[in-house]
Order: sequence, then structure tokens, then C-alpha cells
Amino acid sequence: MVESKKLSSRIVERLIYFTVAFFSLLCLLPLLNTLALSFSSSTMAASGTVSFWPKQFTLAAYKAIVDEGQFFRSFAISVERVILGGSINFVMMVLAAFPLSHTEKAFKGRNAYMYVLIFTMLFHGGLIPTYIVVNKVGLMNSIWALVLPGAVPVWNCILLMNFFRSLPDELEEAAYIDGAVPVQILIRIYLPVSLPSLATVILFSVVGHWNEFFSGLIYINYNKNYPLATYISTLVDSVKDLNMITDPEEIERIMKVSERNMSSAKIFVSLIPILCVYPFLQRYFVKGIVMGSVKG
Amino acid sequence: MRNKKYAYQYHLMLLPVMAFLLVFHIFPVFGTVIAFEKFMPAKGIFGSEWVGLKFFQQMLSMSNSWRIFRNTVIIAVWKIVMNLLVPICFSILLNEITHTWFKRLSQTIIYLPHFMSWVVLAIPIMNIFSYDGVVNGLVKVLGGEPVMFLASNTWFRPILIITDVWKEFGFGTIVYLAAITGIDPALYEAAVIDGANRGQRMWHVTLPGMLPTIVLLATRSLGNVLNAGFDQIFNMYIPAVYETSDIIDTYVYRAGLLDMNYSLSTAVGFMKSVISIVLILTSNRLAWKYAGYRIF
Repeated sequence: MVESKKLSSRIVERLIYFTVAFFSLLCLLPLLNTLALSFSSSTMAASGTVSFWPKQFTLAAYKAIVDEGQFFRSFAISVERVILGGSINFVMMVLAAFPLSHTEKAFKGRNAYMYVLIFTMLFHGGLIPTYIVVNKVGLMNSIWALVLPGAVPVWNCILLMNFFRSLPDELEEAAYIDGAVPVQILIRIYLPVSLPSLATVILFSVVGHWNEFFSGLIYINYNKNYPLATYISTLVDSVKDLNMITDPEEIERIMKVSERNMSSAKIFVSLIPILCVYPFLQRYFVKGIVMGSVKG
Repeated sequence: MRNKKYAYQYHLMLLPVMAFLLVFHIFPVFGTVIAFEKFMPAKGIFGSEWVGLKFFQQMLSMSNSWRIFRNTVIIAVWKIVMNLLVPICFSILLNEITHTWFKRLSQTIIYLPHFMSWVVLAIPIMNIFSYDGVVNGLVKVLGGEPVMFLASNTWFRPILIITDVWKEFGFGTIVYLAAITGIDPALYEAAVIDGANRGQRMWHVTLPGMLPTIVLLATRSLGNVLNAGFDQIFNMYIPAVYETSDIIDTYVYRAGLLDMNYSLSTAVGFMKSVISIVLILTSNRLAWKYAGYRIF
């Protein structure tokens, strides 16, 4: 620009920067508050005076959750669930997406299968019928109850199918001429060329399994076998109690046993895995959104 | 076609997928018949007494059925509208940022909450809005009386909506930003030559460029009019605010698994599914008509 910018224009620009910065910071505040509470002493955390900086800095809360045992037990169950559930989801997605990415002409019956997928997207059995089935199949109280009912993530299958369809047909044609069979084509050609898309859908399913709490709540009867998210959801109740009382003395009494710094430390530790995969999520997930829109 | 004789491999691949869908999705859909029975777990689906529409009549005559329906629609529609508007505005602002590092940092921060679950966020949010929390601290500084936000029928619903927008606006922003990136820079240059100022460029170039994405997301969100957000409400509500925040999904859970009223719960869930299917099909048709996009 040759001319200097007008004053009003510069003010607008400052305002835009300020607004963006303000809202971005707003996204971090609850996390900073949690972090600050987790590093504060239990009396300070209970007093309600901790905002975004720890008071009476201590690691006591973290030591306490290590001693408590149940937290890391649940953590391990969640890790197991993520590995099991993630692998099953991956296999199912690939097995569904590859055959369905062909046209009805190349694979007779493809449309019939497709209708089944659409049916399951539209119609849901609802809470109780699903519960009855899981119960009847004998999955109650086992880790399989957390991974098998959601073994086929239909939406992600369709995302991946759309991606496979966007690959050039020549890839497959050439392989056939070389004498390959479909399984080989899938493993040797389709999977290696679609790594970024696979990463996207796998990350979705891993994060989904880590965060999902409800199936643990209804299918697992013993608290000691809860996955982490379900375990955290049981902590919520004591926090809720605080909002049901108005008597200040009563609040003070409950605060003392509510162990706010402990629950905050648990929240923060449970977020660490998400924070670890976040850079990858960030890299792939816009791609994941765009992926679904190719060749609709 | 050369690959016709390998079609059996495609069928084999789809076999496990279909098996899982049959057991965990399609069986429960047919299990919905318990809504028309006086279902007793001991007698099973086939042995329970058939009562026709009894539970649907009971549902319509219940004093709180209108309440849960109204709460669901109000909360869901507010969330849908705000989750459209806020990301649109924010992405336009973010697009005006010229410092790449600032833009990137802001993006990284704002969609972090999207990947965290409501279970985990419930406690930090309740801490912040609690009687002795950060928000009430601010209220006191400004000379107001502290409010029991989470036990107040006036405040709880706005808090649900605000925190939901807080969690999701970053995700929407990224989607819109991807749309803005696709706008031809020549349009901006032409606008500058024609003497358009910043505001006019946003209004006449950026916004129309985003329009297809806006239309697409708006029509697709129609399918969510009965999804008010079970995870969030379940983890944050207390009986004192059932009046304004009890939704269909939370009611189905309480009626079915806490009160063991299996048939009534399934009947309510069934009504929700029926309306949702109509909404989803409508939204799919609209998305195809106005945005040239379809899932199925």
C-alpha cells in the first residue's frame, strides 16, 4: 500500500485481533481453571478462590490419585478398550468400504448392502431394545460390551467408501491384469495409498472410544471395571450435590469432602491422551470433513 | 469384467460387517415391538402381553410429556442456530487476520474443546458456574449477588446453549474457513479496485463464497432438531432444573433404566425416532436440492 492506512481502518483491525484473541483465550479458561485447581491445596481448591493460577502449589492431588488405584485401573481399561475397539473399527471400516466402493455393475449386490447401511443410519433400536440384545448375547460386564455394539461405525465406513471411490479406477484395473485378487488389491494397493484418510477415521474412532461413557454406565455393573470416562461421570455427582444446596454452612461441609483438587487432577490426566493425539487430529481432520463430500 | 469371478471375496468381506449390524442394530430395531407390549424381562419379547398403543396413550396423557418435548426442541434449535451463526462470524473475522502464526494458533486453540467429551468438561464447567466459582466471583466484583446458575431454571438453559457453542464453534469455524480458502483471490482484488472497504468485501465476497457451505450445514442440521445433547445435559442437570432441561433422551434413560419402565421408555424413544427419520429424510432432500450434496 502506498498510502498509509486510515485511522478507522486500523482501529477495526485492532478490534478484530482483539476479538479473535479474546474468544481463543475463552476456549482455554476452563482448562486453565482445572489445571490451577489440580495444583492447589485441597483447602484452597475448596475455598473457591482459585481462578487461573494455583494457590498453595502442591502435587498432593496427583499423589493421591496414584495411591487411590481405581483411577489408573480405569485408565488401563480405557486403554484396552481403545486398542480393542480401534482395531475392530478399523477392520470393519475397511471390510465395508472396499467392496462398497465398487459400482453395482462391478459388484452385483452392492446396492442391497448399501441399503442395509442406510437402514441402520436411519433406524435405531433405542436404548432398551439394544440393552436387551447386549444382555441376551451375554456381553454384560465384559469389555466386549463396550466395543462390539459399535463395531461398525457406519458413518465412517461411508466416509472411507467415498474416499476409495475417488481413487482412479486404473489402479484396480492394472492390478487385475497383473493377476491380483480383491484381497490383495485392498491390502497392497488401496490401504497404502489411503493412509491419511485411514488415519483420520481411526483417530475419530479412537477419540470416540476414549470419550464414550454411557455404555460403561449401562453395561458394566461394577464400578471397579468402569472405563475412565464412565469413572469420571461418577465424580460428577458429588459436584452436582453442591448445586442443590443454598445453606452456606452445608456448602462448606460438602466442599471439604468434594475434593475439588482431586477431581480436577483426574480430569486433567484423562485429557492427556487427547492432547497427545491432538496434533495428528488437527492435521487430518479438515481432510476428513472434506473427504465425505467427494463423489456424494 | 475380469473381476466378476472374485465377487465372492466381496461378499466374504461384508459378511462380518453385516453380522455385527444384524445383531446390534437390526435386532434392536425389531425389538422396538416391546413398546406395544407390557414387557417383562422374565417373559421375553415373545412371551410378554400385547397391549397395542397403551403406552403411547400413557405418554400423551403424561403431565410432563409436553415439557420434555418443548425442552428438547427449544434447546436443540437454539444450539443449531447459534452453532451456525457464531462460526460464520468467527471464520470471517479469522479470515481477516494477516499474521499466519496468530491465525494458526487461534485455530489450534478453538477447536480443542470439540475433541473433549461432556463427561470431562462437565466438572470444569460446573466449577466455573458454581456458587463460589469464577463467574460468581466476577458477579461479586461487579457488585451483584452471586447466583446459583446450575440450579436456576432461568439460567440453566442459557448455560447449556452457551457452553455448547463454546465447545463446538471452533469446529464449525474450521469448516467455514476451508470454504473461504476456496474463494478465488481475484474476486477480492477486483473488489479492492472497485473501491470496496473491508466490511463490503466481507459482505459481498466472503459471505457469498461461504453460502454453499452454510446452506449445506444448515439443511443437514435439521436432522438434529430432536437431539438436544444427551451427554451434556445428563452430566450437568439436577432435579431442580428438570423443568427447563429434561429432554427426550434423558427421560428415556430415567424411565427405562432407573424406573425400569421398559415399554414406556421404548415408546417415547420410538416416537422420537419416527419424527427424526422424517426430519433426516427432509434434510437430505433439501441438501440435495439446494447444495447438491447427499449422503444417501
